[in-house]
Amino acid sequence: MLALLRRLGAMVLTLVVSSFVIFAGMYAAPGDPLTFLIKNPEDRTPDRVAAVRAEYHLDDSFLQQYLSWAKDVLHGDLGTSFVYKQPVADLMGTRLPITLTLVAMAALMFIVIGVGLGIVSALKRGSAVDSSITGVTTFLTSIPNFVVALVLVSVFAVQLRWFEVSGDGEGFAGRLYHLTLPSIALAIGALAVVSRVTRQTMVEQQSLEHVDVARSFGLSSRKIIWRHVLRNSLGPVVTMCGLIIASMLAGTVVIESVFGLSGVGSMLVDSINAHDFPVVQAILLFMVVAYMTVTIVVDVLYPLIDPRTRERSEAA
Amino acid sequence: MTAVAAVLTAAPRKRREWVYFLCLGILAVAVAAAVLAPWIMPYDPDATSFDAIYLPPGPAHWLGTDQLGRDLLSRIISGARSTLLGSIVLLALATALGVLIGLTAAWYRGWVDTLLARITDVMFAFPGLLFVIMIIAVFDSGTVTAVIGMGLAYAPVIAKFTRAIALEELARPYVDSYRLQGAGGLELSARYVLPNMVPTLLGYLVVLFGDGLMSLATLNFLGFGSQPPSSDWGLMVEEGRAGVIQGILGPALVPGLTIAIVVVATNVVGVRLSDKLAVRR
Repeated sequence: MLALLRRLGAMVLTLVVSSFVIFAGMYAAPGDPLTFLIKNPEDRTPDRVAAVRAEYHLDDSFLQQYLSWAKDVLHGDLGTSFVYKQPVADLMGTRLPITLTLVAMAALMFIVIGVGLGIVSALKRGSAVDSSITGVTTFLTSIPNFVVALVLVSVFAVQLRWFEVSGDGEGFAGRLYHLTLPSIALAIGALAVVSRVTRQTMVEQQSLEHVDVARSFGLSSRKIIWRHVLRNSLGPVVTMCGLIIASMLAGTVVIESVFGLSGVGSMLVDSINAHDFPVVQAILLFMVVAYMTVTIVVDVLYPLIDPRTRERSEAA
Repeated sequence: MTAVAAVLTAAPRKRREWVYFLCLGILAVAVAAAVLAPWIMPYDPDATSFDAIYLPPGPAHWLGTDQLGRDLLSRIISGARSTLLGSIVLLALATALGVLIGLTAAWYRGWVDTLLARITDVMFAFPGLLFVIMIIAVFDSGTVTAVIGMGLAYAPVIAKFTRAIALEELARPYVDSYRLQGAGGLELSARYVLPNMVPTLLGYLVVLFGDGLMSLATLNFLGFGSQPPSSDWGLMVEEGRAGVIQGILGPALVPGLTIAIVVVATNVVGVRLSDKLAVRR
């Protein structure tokens, strides 16, 4: 319990510092925000300039600006986009479902396939199957995901015409259909890590005494694998999957750009190019918060999955 | 990006000499192309030709041409320069910073260690490329921003690794004996501890080089790094994308697969090197 509180405290501290870094970065960015806010030089009358400066709190000191921004963020107000003149929260709200669906589909794929490959590897340890799984997944990890994405588009969308080249798709089924290639591209890089961790922990578990005992009692090997080996291997596997899902949110920046999806990741790229700082700040903050939330959820889940660590962490 | 390096270096593997030598050969070709670029390019990489748009591979253009009629082979060769150089500079920057931080933390321990750990923690709070993307949002796109930003982003990874092996190294008896002879922290670290860590660091750095090349290419692909008419491989993929929709795959896939091949080769060589060099530990 105490360990969890300390972990939470450290997380809040890191969050505060990260939010400060993000805000300070955007504040320090060269260039007067006014040039982005008032596009037409003819509109730059003193009255208009004063009104805009007041509206975006440009005359306050840095610390004041940070505090009022942080306060607004905590109240769910992420500011107003320089470009769209709409609340950032609304803009993100319409784009989040695409990004989250994409990550969820990718997560489902890499967990099922990655863990599956890991189990096969562990059971056929040392065989040709084992080494080819390792070889192929490692090879796939070494290919940048935008190249994987382009190869997938070239083969399945352009040549075979099974999928559309870009777009978000209409309705739930259309969305899933359009997100199939992007989520494969996002998931492929994670296969090596997940299958490797699964294989490693299972191999370690298999050599433990209770497995020998279970075998000597005449339990079927299927039962031993499912109930004893796999069950005890879950901890590290779940942790690794959690970490990968957390970092996948940042991976959507690349994938959404390749596939022309209007999610949060491609929005980040667009807003950077348009110098739309409130949106950049909000998305960066969102990704950091999401990343940290997932990692802490994994930390909390760990003792539930693996009760052996519960006593250890309480003792410590 | 760190998880990949960790897994690759911890991978169970069999000795396959020919794969290692093949990969070493690929890297040698890439480096030779970068060094000899001005003499071996068949065409001017930036010369556009409107009679030669989207030519398929053939005897005149071995890899075909792009949307502006530029020779792809020449662009790949000239792009080897900026791509490899960018990755080397970012890695050098990250190594200098990371080793300095890691050694300092391991030597002083206590509050210095804690402070440095907190700073690196904040950087780790930004998943993947996000930290670099933030730096680019602040200082605008460009090769210099991208390379320096990436160098900063990789420094904590190297610092963490250095700190771990430095702690191990500093616990060895020879360190105490030099300390008794009156060697100061700086002299001891620079003259005795660091050279002993180089073999272990080297293999890790080679793997990170591939990783850095991949991340830098990703930034260039997103348009945050080198700007046209640069023939940086990541940027070439981005520019070739327009053709993919029309069914012309060469301009995007040729640089894309070049990146993939070089990264795979780097990883194989790096893993092999860390195996070979770190046996002693």
